[in-house]
Amino acid sequence: MANQGPAYYSPYPAATYEGVITPPEGKALLLEDVVDEETAMREIAKQMLTKENATIFPGPQVLYAWSDEAKRKATLIKEMAEVLNANMIPMYDYRPKYPKIDAEIEINPNHPNLTIWENKIKAAIFIGVHCHYANVALKIVRAETDCYTIAMCALSGHEDAMATIRDQHASDLEKFIKIAKEVKSELGV
Amino acid sequence: MSKRSDMTNTHNWSGQKLVSTDYLLFEAPREKHFMTGSEVLKEAMKRCTVDASVSYPITPQSEAAHLIGELWAEGYVGTYFRGENEFGVMSEVAGCAMAGARTVTTTSGPGTLRAMENFAQWSGTRIPCQLILMARGINSPLTIQPDNLEVSYMLETGCMIWYAENVQELFDMSIAAFTVAEKPDVHVPIITVVDGFFVSHTREAVMLPADDIALEPYDPYKAPLPPIDSETPPGRFLRDPFVMKSNYISYATHASWQWEVRSAVERSRPYAEHYLKGLIHITGEDDAEIAFVTCGTASNQAKEAHRELMKLGIKTKVIKLRTIRPFPAKELLEAVQGIKHIFVPEFNVVGWLEKEVRKELYNKCEADIVGGPRVAGGMSMPAEAIIAEVMEKINPGKGA
Repeated sequence: MANQGPAYYSPYPAATYEGVITPPEGKALLLEDVVDEETAMREIAKQMLTKENATIFPGPQVLYAWSDEAKRKATLIKEMAEVLNANMIPMYDYRPKYPKIDAEIEINPNHPNLTIWENKIKAAIFIGVHCHYANVALKIVRAETDCYTIAMCALSGHEDAMATIRDQHASDLEKFIKIAKEVKSELGV
Repeated sequence: MSKRSDMTNTHNWSGQKLVSTDYLLFEAPREKHFMTGSEVLKEAMKRCTVDASVSYPITPQSEAAHLIGELWAEGYVGTYFRGENEFGVMSEVAGCAMAGARTVTTTSGPGTLRAMENFAQWSGTRIPCQLILMARGINSPLTIQPDNLEVSYMLETGCMIWYAENVQELFDMSIAAFTVAEKPDVHVPIITVVDGFFVSHTREAVMLPADDIALEPYDPYKAPLPPIDSETPPGRFLRDPFVMKSNYISYATHASWQWEVRSAVERSRPYAEHYLKGLIHITGEDDAEIAFVTCGTASNQAKEAHRELMKLGIKTKVIKLRTIRPFPAKELLEAVQGIKHIFVPEFNVVGWLEKEVRKELYNKCEADIVGGPRVAGGMSMPAEAIIAEVMEKINPGKGA
C-alpha cells in the first residue's frame, strides 16, 4: 500500500497509481516496501495481536468444502484465529446485501466499511476472497476506515492491503501459525 | 469435437505438446516463413490452445477471422461461431470468456465502434480475452486501408492495448497477450493492434516455431472473479451484478471497481516488460537531439527517415511504443532525455498519440513536440514526408 489518503479526486485511493504493485514471487509487501515473506508474517502477527478487535474475514474459497485444499485451509484458519486471539467474520458471498447487511456477523466486499465500523475492527486479515472482490473491498476499507488490512492471498497478492503475502497455500499457513506463536510468546499476550 | 476433456497433462486436444510461454517465445527453434499478417495471426492462434473464437468476418477487413475459422475446422480451436453483428460478437466473446474459455476475436474500424459498449463491459468483468484490432479507420467515407483513428476510441475502455509494428511482432505479441492478460493480478482484456492492410495484407518474412507445440490452457479458477460454474462455490450462472439492489453503497463499489480495473492494467507492466522485452524499443543514435515517438507501421517509416537523415549528418532516434495501455510514461521520459525536438508521425487525422505524448511529458521535458506528419484514410507515409517535417523545424523555409 502506498501513502494513505485520496488519489486524485477519488476518495478511493489505488496504490498502483502511486507506483505500488503486487510483490514479486517469493516476496511480500509491507505498505510500499517489498520485504521477505517471513518479515511480513512477523509484522502481520504483531499487528493482529496488538490491535483492537482483530478479525479474520474468510471468503468463499475457504468457507465451502469444494476441494481438499479448501478444507485443510479452513481448519488452519480456525487455528490461526485462536493463536491470534482474533474474531472471525465471514464473507459468504459477493452480492450486495439488500436492504441492509447485518454488519455484526457478516462482511460484504461492496460495503466492507460497515462491518469494520460496526465491530470497531482495527486489524483484519482477508483470506479466501477472490482477488477482484478483495481489491474492491481493500480500497474502500483503506479510504473509509483506520483498519490495518492484511491480505493472505493464494495467488499474486494485493497492493491495496497494508500488508500482503502471496502464494499462500496450506503449508504456508502452517508456517505463519508457527511464526505467530513465536511472536505471541515474545509479546506475552 | 475439440474440447478440454480431450486434453492430457502434456498435450492439448489437437495433440500439440504443451509448453511454457517462455519456451514458445524465446527458446523453441524457429524457421523462416513468408506470410501476410492474417496468415501469421492464424499461426499464432494455432499455438495458443484457443478454446473459443467468435467472428463477424465481414470483408474486406482482413482474412484473419476466416483463417481462425479454418483452425477450428482443422481441430486446433475448441469452438468457433459467427455473430449476427459486431455487437453480438463482442457480447458472445464475453460469454465465452466468463465461462472460462480462452477467447479471441478480430475486428477493425466501424465494427469496433458498433461493438463499443462491450469493451468497457469486458474490462469491468475482468475477462482476459484478446481482440486483434487490424486498424483501418472509421467511416465516413469508407476506407479499408490503414488509418488507426479507432484506437483513440479504445484508450479509456479499461482494456490493455499493445501495438505491433510488423508480422513478427504480431505473432509474438498475440501469444504473449494471452499470457499477460490471464495473470491473476492482471486479468483484463487485451487489444493487440496492427495497422490494417500494411500488416494484415502484406507478406513479410517471419520466424515461427514448430506448430506441434502450444501454450498451456487457461485456468479460469485462478481468475479474480468466480467463473460461471454452478457447482463450485460461490456457484454462478452469471457474473454478479455489482451495483444493483443497494443505492446506498453503489457509489463506493463503483468507484473502487473502476480504480481496480485500471490498477489491473498497471499491474501488467512487469509481465509486459518480460514478454515484450521492454514496453518501448529504441532505434538510432544515443546522442540524437531529434526523436520520433511512434507506434505501429509509423515506426517503420520513421526508421527509414532516420537512415536517410543520417546520410545528411542529422542524428535521430525512433522510440517505438509497444504498449499504449499501460502507457510507458517512465520509459518514454528516460528515452527523451537530451532530446530537443520530438516528432509524432501518425496514421490518423486527430493525433491521438501526440496527445498521449504531450500529456505524459507535460512539465517533465523541455523538448519541442511536433504532432506530425499525419496521414489518413489509406495514405502511405513516405519517409520523405517525415524528413520534410524535420527539415522545416531545424532549417525553416529551406526544405529538405
